[in-house]
Amino acid sequence: MLPDRHDIELSVNGKAYRRGVEARMLLSDFLRHELQLAGTHVGCEHGVCGACTVLLDGLPVRSCLMLAVQANGHELTTIEGLAAGEELHPIQQAMHEHHGLQCGYCTPGILMTMRAFLDENPTPSEEEVREALSGNLCRCTGYQNIVDAMLAAAQAMRTAAP
Amino acid sequence: MKPAPFKYIAASSLDQALALKAEYGEEARFLAGGQSLIPAMNFRLARPAVLIDINGLADLAGIDGSGAEIRVGALTRYHVLEHNQDFLKACPLFADALPHIAHPQIRNRGTIGGNLSHADPASELPALAVAMGARMQVRSSRGKRELAASDFFVGLLSTDIKSDEMLVEVTFPKQALRSGSCFMEIARRRGDFAIAGVAAIVTLDPDHRCSDIRLALCGVGETPVDASGVLASLVGRTCTDEALDEAAIAVNEAIEPSGNVHASADYQRHVAGVLTRRAITTAYRRAGHAA
Repeated sequence: MLPDRHDIELSVNGKAYRRGVEARMLLSDFLRHELQLAGTHVGCEHGVCGACTVLLDGLPVRSCLMLAVQANGHELTTIEGLAAGEELHPIQQAMHEHHGLQCGYCTPGILMTMRAFLDENPTPSEEEVREALSGNLCRCTGYQNIVDAMLAAAQAMRTAAP
Repeated sequence: MKPAPFKYIAASSLDQALALKAEYGEEARFLAGGQSLIPAMNFRLARPAVLIDINGLADLAGIDGSGAEIRVGALTRYHVLEHNQDFLKACPLFADALPHIAHPQIRNRGTIGGNLSHADPASELPALAVAMGARMQVRSSRGKRELAASDFFVGLLSTDIKSDEMLVEVTFPKQALRSGSCFMEIARRRGDFAIAGVAAIVTLDPDHRCSDIRLALCGVGETPVDASGVLASLVGRTCTDEALDEAAIAVNEAIEPSGNVHASADYQRHVAGVLTRRAITTAYRRAGHAA
């Protein structure tokens, strides 16, 4: 069977891209291999681990459970689009300060999930943070420092934008 | 690349999507949220020759509560249901059940029609549809038909949908007066498949006695299990320990859990019995408050 190729146009971190992709290329592979945005990590590739989470039109989704061709016409945000230039996003800063990562493999997915979560819920309880983290596996930290970091990030974001 | 090669077609109208499905039949799959189909394709457990992407069909998404019943388009995502307060008020079983469905990232993509068509017996929505007496609107190039939820699920991961048909809409009755409902499940972790789950709806008469009970379970058989029929002895009674014991025993006799790596069949039965008691108790209490 000849490869089924499609032209797609999409925006990633505010930058417009136009590429030809094979229909069966996953969005996660497209970001990493075609756009060289390798900050989006690929873990389980069947929607369980959350490492590949990106924002699709503002909402966190698994990029391993979408085809690149489906992103045609949509806006994506990846971990590369989180910081404002050299300045870390408050949730990145909080992860740094609270030792919220060890190997760092799950971190991009967690940050993208949490960015959308804290935008929607600026005053979360610890339980709500844990609930929101339930779709992201971390095998190093035991989550406690991530939870601490997210509560601190929420506080910092509230202070910055009262 | 993980999935095997396929031909991808983004449908621009429902008629086109149905015509394509009629043409390709079993070779083709509709792609909605993709939260079950894409993992299966990544494992190459599913190798459709053709994918008909229906995500562009905006008419298939949406909630219409203007009539006596609530009509939900098949392409409506869980995320939309979770944020529609009018819908959750009219169908409160969903307010209980939606947080149990996978994780936020999955709920942002997954659709109600995709879930129900996938017919995973451990999934929550098929049990809700059966308990609520939902009706499935199915279309094909040949025409349309309506199925009761109880006739829709015919076996493990299989429905009555024919190879040229699509589930396009689900009709849910609004919760009746003096009714209360409750969904509960036990899973090893939040978002995992249920060891057992119970959806119960209790309607009371003016004397606070049960006048109708609906109860369906997920995770304990090859399809959602409708146990409403075996609970008829509750009708006319209040929520006593004795009535709850009878209900738990009746449900245990009505299910045939197979057991799995996470829970033996005996443990699934035990959990189903405990959840039956708890869900019915809560549904009675909520019905009392609604009265």
